[in-house]
Amino acid sequence: MIVLASFVILLPFLAAFAGLLLGPRTSRLLGARPGPVPDEGPDALRGLRRNGPALIACVPLLAATMLALVVAVTVWRDPGARTGSLTYVPTGTLRIDIGLQVDGLAALVGLMVCCVALAVQVYSVAYMAKDPRYSSYTAFISMFTAAMLLVVFAGDLLLLYVGWEVMGICSYFLIGHHWEDRANSRAAVKAFLVTRVGDVGFLLGILVLGAGAGTFTVDGVLAAVPEMPHGTVVAATLLLLAGVAGKSAQFPLHTWLPDAMAGPTPISALIHAATMVAAGIYVVARLYPVFLDSAPALTLLGVMAVVSMLGSALAALAQDDLKRVLAYSTISQLGYMAAGLAVGAESAAIFHLVAHGAFKALLFLAAGCVIFVTGSNLLRRYGGLRRAMPVTFWSMTIGYAALIGLPPVSGFFSKDSIIEGARHAAAESGLVGDHPEVAHLPGAMAWVVYIGLLVTVGVTAAYVVRAWLMTFFGEARSSFEAREAPALMAVPVAVLAVPAALLGFFGLGADELRPHFASAALALLWAAAGAAVVYLTWNRDPARDPADRLGVVRPVFARAFYVDELYAVLIVRPVRSLARLVVAADRHGIDAAVEGTAAWSRRAGGLLRRSQTGNAQTYMTGVLAGVVLIAVGVVVLL
Amino acid sequence: MHAAYPAVVAALLFSIGVYGVLARRNAILVLMSVELMLNAVNLNLVAFDVLWRDRLHGGQVLTLFTIVIAAAEIGLGLAIVLLVFRNRASVEVDRLNALTEEPAGKGDGA
Repeated sequence: MIVLASFVILLPFLAAFAGLLLGPRTSRLLGARPGPVPDEGPDALRGLRRNGPALIACVPLLAATMLALVVAVTVWRDPGARTGSLTYVPTGTLRIDIGLQVDGLAALVGLMVCCVALAVQVYSVAYMAKDPRYSSYTAFISMFTAAMLLVVFAGDLLLLYVGWEVMGICSYFLIGHHWEDRANSRAAVKAFLVTRVGDVGFLLGILVLGAGAGTFTVDGVLAAVPEMPHGTVVAATLLLLAGVAGKSAQFPLHTWLPDAMAGPTPISALIHAATMVAAGIYVVARLYPVFLDSAPALTLLGVMAVVSMLGSALAALAQDDLKRVLAYSTISQLGYMAAGLAVGAESAAIFHLVAHGAFKALLFLAAGCVIFVTGSNLLRRYGGLRRAMPVTFWSMTIGYAALIGLPPVSGFFSKDSIIEGARHAAAESGLVGDHPEVAHLPGAMAWVVYIGLLVTVGVTAAYVVRAWLMTFFGEARSSFEAREAPALMAVPVAVLAVPAALLGFFGLGADELRPHFASAALALLWAAAGAAVVYLTWNRDPARDPADRLGVVRPVFARAFYVDELYAVLIVRPVRSLARLVVAADRHGIDAAVEGTAAWSRRAGGLLRRSQTGNAQTYMTGVLAGVVLIAVGVVVLL
Repeated sequence: MHAAYPAVVAALLFSIGVYGVLARRNAILVLMSVELMLNAVNLNLVAFDVLWRDRLHGGQVLTLFTIVIAAAEIGLGLAIVLLVFRNRASVEVDRLNALTEEPAGKGDGA
């Protein structure tokens, strides 16, 4: 079991190395003709057979997905955690266990990661066919997948942290894939730095937990929680939340995610659906007993969740760029999961994580198809794509329905179970889930979360309907050749539509995930209201953007409440002026001192060269004077 | 006879030689000053040889050596002086300063 899980991690990892080292060479070995790979027609498959980097990326990942499926099925048939230690690293104090832990949570999320990554890889073969650096891109995706799987299966917090950090650096490489454009490399740096800010807290949190528990293994930490001092637990969870906010793009560290749209679309799908952003939520779920012991952390998580989901949903309502709409919707959906965790509906949150992984990957890949066909990211250039792109249209409709939470697609069930959990917590005045033994949320907090969830459902419906209508209905607003995307892109999209549609029914097996009629009806009312407002606005004038009706507040929403600008004033500018000061001090202080030594040496040399007159008699005089001095010295002193 | 007489004469001679080497400008006179110093030493050697009645007459033998070496040296020295004169039409020692450091700023400073 543990061996299988380790192979699930190792296969993409080795594929990454093989791809980086041997990718293009494999193509030549397979006898590929130089030049672009055809993405249409009968040549496409033949080209794929000879596409070295694509094979190196997809085949091991396919094998890993199979293994993950085996793992998941085994755990499903016979529940219970299985831990195994491959080796451990003695550090002098607390040893680091290189061990894995497979339980229901890990198996489920691991399978989801593998499936989404596989879809993204296959899709990328066509999407990035003309890209000169496709080989390194695809190898980095493999590395990214392996890192996420390591986070998922890690049985030791420090091992988990390794995967966590490798993901950070891979996201930097992938977001900045088209680094020729300055904006892309800046977005990559921003994503890296903002998540890094949170990672500092995350590492400290791990160290506090490990020091408090006397071990870094996950089960060891969880077992030690009851004996730990309350202050230690609260400190550790709050520190961990910093990292979670960074990776899962929750307020106040969410600003990197919309900018991360600079990367190629498939990688957006991977980052947003399955890997990076899921990692934060996953870690909270993994260490959930620790969080249950820490009411302040749950409260903070609730605040973060409400601000993130409502704020970013409003921001999504006003974006011009389809990918940015989806980016803000990701922040919003992660806010749902965080809210679920805050009110004690952890299984609902993970359920939503998996469902969201499926439908958000689907939405991003479908958006990639739209962008591929129209050659633009801007909503106002689309229109009337319904007939030309039926596969994309239907898949995206399913994805959007899941995003709103319409029955019977997956999002409905998962979102509803979270809302029900929040309602339960609010009604029980802050009781966290079914855990009466743990600290309560403040009752008001539970109400805020519940109401925030409902309002967000309405706003979500509004922005989804807006994007959907502007993309697929009405008349085309710019000139493009409307056609279906290439098969290699359309097929993963269509395949992803299946889990996005059906995943919800798996929740019927569990009590806490079954929809409750009252709260579901309430949420659907909200959604219907939001959708109706947008539809009526749009219907009045299909050529116009419904968001124009927002009037004065539109720029506020579009700039996401000026959080970026606020950070620019509060943090970026002071830091930059400080950096300029440091540079100036370095240049005029330290460098000047170092380079001054040269000038001073030359000046001193100038004094000494005066004595070099070229007149031998002067030199002789000097020699004689020296001899006399020495002689006098000898006589006097000895 | 007192040993002070030859010693004082030798010291005077030597000092005059040193002064000549350091102060004369004519290269030939510099060579002559060198001879003065050598001969001051010779005077000393002979004087002390006689004073201590050296059975092997080491002082006198050494004097002969010195005279031979001085002759060879003058031969060489004069040859050099002649070559310098042919090249530069002057034997002024203080003008033979081809090895001078150029004033700062003119050269490459290396």
